[in-house]
Amino acid sequence: MAARTRYAPDRGLTVRMTATMFLLGLVFVAFIAAIIGIGTAYNASDAAIVLFAVVIGGGFAIGSLFYSDKIALRTAGAREVTPQEAPELHGIVDRLCALADMPKPRVAIAHSNMPNAFATGRSADHAVLCVTDDLMRRLTPEELEGVIAHEMSHVAHKDVQVMTAASFLAIIAALLIRFAFYGELFGGGRGRGNNQNAALVMIALMAVSIVVYAVSFVLIRLLSRYRELSADRSGALLTGQPSALKSALVKVSGQMSRIPTNDLRTAQPMNAFFFAPAMHLAPKGSLAAIFSTHPSLERRLAELDKVQQQLNSRAG
Amino acid sequence: MGFLDTLLGRTKPVQPKLDDLFALPSAAVTLDAGAGFKPTGSGSVCFRPVEGRSFSDVQKDVQELLDVSSGKEGGLPVEVTKDSYGFNWLVSSRMSDELDALVTDLHAVNSSLVDNGFGPQLLCTLVAFKDDQERRLALVYLFKRGTFYPFAPLSGERRDNALELQVKGVIGDDLKFEPDLARWFPVWGAPGL
Repeated sequence: MAARTRYAPDRGLTVRMTATMFLLGLVFVAFIAAIIGIGTAYNASDAAIVLFAVVIGGGFAIGSLFYSDKIALRTAGAREVTPQEAPELHGIVDRLCALADMPKPRVAIAHSNMPNAFATGRSADHAVLCVTDDLMRRLTPEELEGVIAHEMSHVAHKDVQVMTAASFLAIIAALLIRFAFYGELFGGGRGRGNNQNAALVMIALMAVSIVVYAVSFVLIRLLSRYRELSADRSGALLTGQPSALKSALVKVSGQMSRIPTNDLRTAQPMNAFFFAPAMHLAPKGSLAAIFSTHPSLERRLAELDKVQQQLNSRAG
Repeated sequence: MGFLDTLLGRTKPVQPKLDDLFALPSAAVTLDAGAGFKPTGSGSVCFRPVEGRSFSDVQKDVQELLDVSSGKEGGLPVEVTKDSYGFNWLVSSRMSDELDALVTDLHAVNSSLVDNGFGPQLLCTLVAFKDDQERRLALVYLFKRGTFYPFAPLSGERRDNALELQVKGVIGDDLKFEPDLARWFPVWGAPGL
């Protein structure tokens, strides 16, 4: 007999996330088809340059996945803390791990004037969870727990791996744009005949890569927003307190948007892993909203309202 | 978690394992014979409360149920305390020779939470022991793992690791111990300990 549960998957979110990933896969296939098509149409061998981009891009993706924890901690200026140094923080993490039946991640604290948190690492066993000291100052213990549950859901969902895999295509497209551009620049002066063909190949390759890069960039951002919503849901289900997470979101978003953006150039590459983005929150329907890594505050609060109703409903 | 769950970014709440708790009374006999620790008669269930009416109703029902059963035998009423992490502890106090009844009490709490769909909220169950030198010891049951670990607090948030490992050795195969030492997390100031 299956245990009674109040958990129900969010169908709408699942469908949208599946559709996004399907489209990403479609772009990937179209990209490969276009490269092969260009090669056969011009009777040229562009295999070398593509292989080169795949190897470099793949190396880059695997390297950043393997060292994600070290890179992120270094960038954030964070330091790992022992249970003696931060007993409350470790206590929260211990309890959430026991509730969720997860291995305990390493815990780090970053000195920062921004209230924020992130989790990264190539697997649950190598995960590291980092909060800023400002976050611990501003939030109540229950709100802090909500934020940590959100980050631990990222670890459970293997979001670092999934987003790295999704970005792989965009990295290769970006590299190909660059290679094709320099190939065009420096390869153009050598004789004629065959080289005219080669120049056309380079231009076609560049055009395809630009389109692929732009489309996959938007899709990756969309995927990132859906995965934030999923982490919010799972985090709130884990603690049983969606309201605490909501109030943390409101507090953190309010603080984040009050900070002047020009101070945050260093923080921008880290955005994908943050609890809330270190930028002005984009208004709904604007171009900025399409490119942002995190959903709007309203969207996140609405999703948490659903969790609240679910937890309060009759057990199914 | 399956591949599909990873791809779709969802976690199904983990259901607790309840049955292994009943191994406790026989392990307590071994513990007394091997290390001189006797049950104090108090035990507690720790769970994460869910906001909203339906959870508080369930909690109230559980409390009334236990009060009725312990009241018949002249026992103490159950207590509910909230710790600094926002977890609730339901403490049941029995006579020190009533470990079977205590385990039944604790199981009643667990199964009524599970029956009402709040199983994933269960964190751990703790049964307190003491020896002649008043050293304190708890056997903590992790619901999600279905395993036990010993917890021996000293003054000032330190724990007696030597004693904990000794207890694990003494009880041996009578209890399923948690093999991953990183999951033996401390429960400082747990009520009933």
